[in-house]
Amino acid sequence: MIRKSSAVLSGVLAMGAVLGTSACGADKTEATGGAGNCDTSKGTLVVGVIAPMSGKLSAIGLGIRNSVQLAVEQANEKCAVKGYQLTMDAQDDEANPDKGAAAAQRFADDVNVVGIVGSYNSGVARAIQPKIASSKLVQVSPGNTDPALSRGADFATAPKRQYENYFRVVGTDDLQGPFNARYLVEKEGRKKIAIITDGKAVGESSATEFAKEAERLGAEIVIREKVNENDSDFSSVLTKVKARQPQAIFVGSEYHIAGPLSKQAKDLGLAVPISGTDGLFDPQFIALGGKDGDVATSVGAPIEKLDSGRAFVEAYKKKGFADGFGGFGAFAYDAANVIISLVGKVTANGVWTGSPEQRTELVKQVQGYKTDRGANGLVGFDKYGDSVNKMFTVYTVTSGAWKDVLSGQFEAK
Amino acid sequence: MATLAQQIVNGLVLGALIGLIALGYTMVYGIVQMINFAHGEVFMVGAFGAHFTYRRLLPEGTPWYAALPAMCAAAAVVSVAVAAAMERLAYRPLRGAHKLAPLITALGVSILLQEVVRVFYPGATAPLAFPRAFADGHLVVGPVMVLWTGVLALVVAPLLAAVVHVYVERSRLGRAMRATAQDPDTARLMGINLDRVILATFVIGAVLAGVGAVLYGIHYTQIDTAIGFQNGIFAFTAAVLGGIGNIRGAMLGALCIGLVKSLAGQYAWGGAQYDYVWVFVLLILVLMFRPQGFLGRPEGVRA
Repeated sequence: MIRKSSAVLSGVLAMGAVLGTSACGADKTEATGGAGNCDTSKGTLVVGVIAPMSGKLSAIGLGIRNSVQLAVEQANEKCAVKGYQLTMDAQDDEANPDKGAAAAQRFADDVNVVGIVGSYNSGVARAIQPKIASSKLVQVSPGNTDPALSRGADFATAPKRQYENYFRVVGTDDLQGPFNARYLVEKEGRKKIAIITDGKAVGESSATEFAKEAERLGAEIVIREKVNENDSDFSSVLTKVKARQPQAIFVGSEYHIAGPLSKQAKDLGLAVPISGTDGLFDPQFIALGGKDGDVATSVGAPIEKLDSGRAFVEAYKKKGFADGFGGFGAFAYDAANVIISLVGKVTANGVWTGSPEQRTELVKQVQGYKTDRGANGLVGFDKYGDSVNKMFTVYTVTSGAWKDVLSGQFEAK
Repeated sequence: MATLAQQIVNGLVLGALIGLIALGYTMVYGIVQMINFAHGEVFMVGAFGAHFTYRRLLPEGTPWYAALPAMCAAAAVVSVAVAAAMERLAYRPLRGAHKLAPLITALGVSILLQEVVRVFYPGATAPLAFPRAFADGHLVVGPVMVLWTGVLALVVAPLLAAVVHVYVERSRLGRAMRATAQDPDTARLMGINLDRVILATFVIGAVLAGVGAVLYGIHYTQIDTAIGFQNGIFAFTAAVLGGIGNIRGAMLGALCIGLVKSLAGQYAWGGAQYDYVWVFVLLILVLMFRPQGFLGRPEGVRA
C-alpha cells in the first residue's frame, strides 16, 4: 500500500515538473515580446504588491500599484535582472489585515516572488509580518508609519528589531507627529490644540507623539476624543470640542474622516485649521471638505522638486495611468527599485530558486542598500529596518490645493 | 447651555435623516413581517443615482432650486427600480418559504448591491464628494448653528413621514396595506391583490429612501458604498425602538437615536468613541421593559 501511494506521489510530482517546465517555456516566449532585447531565458520573477486598491484608500493604493508597475516595466526595458522577465502581482488588501495576510501567505509560498512592496496600512503590515517571517521573503513598505512595526511596542524606550525581513522607505509617526507639532506650535503659534483620532493604531500613536512634543513646546492639549471609523456625522464630537475653544485640531486619521471633519467643524463655526499626518495629504481631502489653512505633514519632500523625483513624475505621466501616483507612489517606486536592483545582484551568477537561504541573502543585501538617487533622494535602512531618510514636509491647503510650506530632515531634540 | 442646545439640534438632524430610511424598514415589516436588510442599500443606490444625475446629466451650473428636485426625482427613480427588482426577483419567489430564507436573501442582496456599485460606478471605490446643491451657510439662532441642509432635513423628513402616515390611514391602497398587514389570507379573499400591495409598500419605502439619500448627501457632502449599511443599522434600530410596523414610531425612534448618539458623545462616559454603545443600551432597555417598542402593538401569534 505504502509503496503504491508513493509511486502515485512521484508520478504526480513528475507531472508537476513537466508542467512546470512547460509553463516556464511559455513564459519565455511571452517574455521575448514583452522585454524587447533582454535575455529572459531563465523565466519570470514576480514583485508582489499589497495595497488598498479599492475602498476609502484606493487613491493611495492605486498610486502604489501603478508606481511599482512603472518600476517593473523600466527594469524590463533596461534588462535590470539579467536572464529574467519581471512582472508585478498586485493584490488588493482593502485596508483589511485578513486580506493582506492572505495575499502575503500566497506570495511567501510562491518561489517566483522575490519581494513584497506593501502594505500601506500599518495594521495590515502587522498581519503580514508573521506570515512571511519564516519564508524570509523581503518586505519593503512604502507607507507604514507605525514605529512599533520595526522597533517593537517599546520603541521609545527599548527599541528592538522585530523582523529581519521588514523594511520601510518612509519616516515613522514618532517623528511625523512631533514634526507636525513643531510647525503648529512654533511656526503658527497655536497654543490650545484639540486632538481627534479614529482609534486605529496609526492614528493613536501619531497623536500621542504629537501631544508629547506640543506640550514640551508649551502648548496645551485641551481635549482628546475618538470617533468611530465608519461615522460620517461628527457634529456631536465637534460641538464638544468647540466648547474648549481650541486654536487647531490635530486629527489622527486619514482623509476620509479628516476631510468631512474639517467641513463640519467650519459648519459649526469652529473655523480652525485641521492638522494631521500623511493620511490627510491627498487631493481627496480637499474634495471631501478640507479647507484653506488645513495642515498635513507628509513623509519626504515634494516629489516634483527633486531632480530624481521629476524623472519619476515624467515617467509616470508618460505611462498614462488612469490614476495619479498619490501620496505614496514615489515611495512605492523606490521600494520596488530596491528589490529589483538587488534581485539582479543576487541572481547575477546563478538562478533564483526562492529558497529561504536565497531570500535571506536578498534580505542582507537590502539591509546594506544605500543610494541617494531614489525618487525621494536618499534610500537606505538603519539597524531596525527603518528609513535613514527622515525628511518631512509641511503642506497647507492654499486656494483649494495642497502647497508645500517647508521641508526638513527631522532631528531629535 | 449653548453646547446642549447645539447637541440637541445635531442629534435631531441626524435622527431626521435616519428616520426616512427607518420608514422603509418599518413599512415592509408591517406588511410582510420581513426585515429587509437590503433597504440600506436602496438608500445608498439612491445617493449614487443623484450623484450621477448631477455630475453627468444636469448642465454645468444648474441652480440648486432646479438641481435639487431633479436629484430627488432621480434618486427616487433609481431606488424604486432597485427595490422593485429586489422584491420581484429575490423576495417574491420566497414568499411561502421559511421566515429565515428572505432574511438571509436580504443580506445577500445587500452585499451584492454594495459590490455592484463599488465595482461599476466610476470612482465609487473611494468616497465621492456629493454636490452641494442647496443654499450654503447656516441658520443661526442665538448660540446654535444649523446648516440650511440640516434645516431642510428637519422640515422635509417629518413632513414626508406625516404624508405617508396619512396616506396609509386614508387612501384605498393604504387600507389595502393595513388589511394585508392584519391578515393577508383574508385580505386576499376580499379581493386585494397581495403582490401589488407588497410591491407598492417597497416602492413607497424606496421613494423615501431616495429622497433621504439626497438630503443626506447634501448635508454631509460625502457618499460611499458603505453609507447604506451603516445608516441602515441605525434605521433598523430606530424602527424597532419606535415599534416595528408603526410609521410614527419609526420617525420617533430615529429622532431618539440621533439625540442619544449626539448627547452621549458629549456627556456620557467614553465620549464619542462609545456613542454607538449608548444607542444600543437604549435599545436593550426599551426592549426589556417594552418589547413592542414605543408605539408598537404587542405582537400576537397570527393565524
